[in-house]
Amino acid sequence: MTSIKQLESPLTEAIAALFDRRELSNQDGWSAYRKAAMQEFGRLGFPSVKNEEWRFTNILPLVKTEYVLDEMAAISEADMARVQSLVQEHCAGIYSAEEVYRLVLVNGAIVPSLSVLPAQEGVSIQSLRAAQEHPQCQAHFGTVLQIKDNAFAALNSAMFEDGLFVHIADRVALEKPLHVVKVLLGTEATMHHSRDLFVLGKHAELKVIETYITDIAAPVLVNAAAEVVLAENAMFDHYDVQKADNNLRIIQRTEATQNKHSNYSNYIFTFPGAAFVRNNLALHLNEADLESHLYGLYISAATQLVDNHTEVHHKMPRGESNQLYKGIVMDNSRAVFNGKIFVYQDAQKTNAFQQSNNILFSDNATVHAKPQLEIFADDVKCSHGSTIGQLNKDAMFYLRSRGIGEQQAKQLMVEAFAYDVVEKVKLPFLKEYLNQMMVADMGNQK
Amino acid sequence: MHASVEGKEILKGLNLEVKAGEVHAIMGPNGAGKSSLASVLAGREAYEVTEGTVTLDGKDILELAPEDRAREGVFLAFQYPIEIPGVSNINFLKTALNEIREYRGLAPLTAKEFLQRSREKQDLVEFDAKLVNRSLNEGFSGGEKKRNEIFQLAMLEPKLAILDETDSGLDIDALRIVSRGVNKLRSKDNAFILITHYQRLLDYIVPDYVHVLADGKIVKTGGKELALELEEKGYDWLTKN
Repeated sequence: MTSIKQLESPLTEAIAALFDRRELSNQDGWSAYRKAAMQEFGRLGFPSVKNEEWRFTNILPLVKTEYVLDEMAAISEADMARVQSLVQEHCAGIYSAEEVYRLVLVNGAIVPSLSVLPAQEGVSIQSLRAAQEHPQCQAHFGTVLQIKDNAFAALNSAMFEDGLFVHIADRVALEKPLHVVKVLLGTEATMHHSRDLFVLGKHAELKVIETYITDIAAPVLVNAAAEVVLAENAMFDHYDVQKADNNLRIIQRTEATQNKHSNYSNYIFTFPGAAFVRNNLALHLNEADLESHLYGLYISAATQLVDNHTEVHHKMPRGESNQLYKGIVMDNSRAVFNGKIFVYQDAQKTNAFQQSNNILFSDNATVHAKPQLEIFADDVKCSHGSTIGQLNKDAMFYLRSRGIGEQQAKQLMVEAFAYDVVEKVKLPFLKEYLNQMMVADMGNQK
Repeated sequence: MHASVEGKEILKGLNLEVKAGEVHAIMGPNGAGKSSLASVLAGREAYEVTEGTVTLDGKDILELAPEDRAREGVFLAFQYPIEIPGVSNINFLKTALNEIREYRGLAPLTAKEFLQRSREKQDLVEFDAKLVNRSLNEGFSGGEKKRNEIFQLAMLEPKLAILDETDSGLDIDALRIVSRGVNKLRSKDNAFILITHYQRLLDYIVPDYVHVLADGKIVKTGGKELALELEEKGYDWLTKN
């Protein structure tokens, strides 16, 4: 029985069939979890635009594609050689090797030979499957991600085969940022379910940068889910750079729980490329006295759709959250911003700020912005706001009147617009890389 | 020259010749078209020249985009300089200077040369080094913005500089500093058009000619003493007929 909130798709049946097949052969510690998730997905189905959360984001074209679902195929040696050179080139464009640790995933599987991992005590970086018996994995896996009413999170939980587990023990700081390179290869339309779990102990510190390398000749849909657990005083700077092939379609949900005095900063940058991007970010501020930062910058082009949905749940007193998302929407592309802040009754003295600013760069570009704030406490400071505009004509004229060409002037203005997001990036090499990418992408514009 | 904005005629047959080495003051009542003249010369969108020509060293500049006019040597000091957060003052100037140099077939300045020039001009026009590294005009006081215009003028070395009400909103100290800067930049190779409502500025920057603009036309031209006469009598005696 499908409701009008669901899309009918042969994909639903193919998924159910594969699930049943797998259930017969793979029995492991996650079987019950998978089963419950599959039931929830079965109840929800793929969301249609009648579903409020998907009102501006029609996934019909995505679920019409026939995907290969059993995706963890082995990579040939020739492919591996190519991946190696792609990874080298990709990384050399961002930093010099000694600045970071590196984890390379090819179609979701960790490739140790291309990775450079720390041999630091108290740090564990491994595949989820390998970590299945790890007490921190057992304690936290599946406890953060909200499956209920989240079709893609449920689907991910039902269908993932492996993923990434990162644990930083109490009072340990990972010495260098960890660069997670997600390589996607293939010639066939494929659907991946990637799954990450980051657990930070008390006073632990971690910096992660995620990027994509795509070498795909057909549509690839990545349905990703990440769980983040921060114990007291933990600090996590989480950077996600979405620059990929037009064939890539990303739907991801990152969900975090924070404990006292912890600090989670999420930075998400989306550039022209991937045809469809839907990011869901949900933060559960379960204890008092903590802070969260959510920064986003999207530059969309061609017929791209970039959708950012965020939720911040302030549940206890004296929490602080800052959110700033900025978008430059070009060509025929569309952007969606939907930010929700909930301040629960006990969350007195909360400071919660949310801002979304957008520039429409062409007459055919579209932005849907929906900032939302629900407050049930009476002693809080909260604000939310959204703007949609065009490049300031007076400022453009000012720059041009000094001899700066129109193209260059636009670029300066766009960099200036993006500046207050990019300046929040704490890693100098990453900041520089982002600026370069922006210039390159704007340079293609007329 | 005749010009209009949104179909409304604002300059109605204006003739003006400015030779190298000269300073011309354009005065006039509010709404006479003074700032429109500045906008027309700099190439602001929406200002349309319906009749006549504007030439710089014999070259017609009306067909040129604002940036090309600047590269040919036109500079407009804005009445209300724009704040652009996130664009650093120094980066902006470097980009401007190098684009102008490229247009003229000159190699870009090296970082060192640029810095040297920037220091030299900061001293010349008494512009605070701290402001140079900030975002363009962001959070600058009114006086600081005007001084930044003069600093830019010094850096870009135009042939023709148009100062649009640069004196407005300045206290006497700021006015002195701005005027000193302009006086130091005057040379036999460049020219200035000072657009102003008040005679006060002309005490500090002494013009060769004073023109009175009223209702889109120059109605009277004289020497610097005309400014004093205007200060005393106002504009009514010139515009009433």
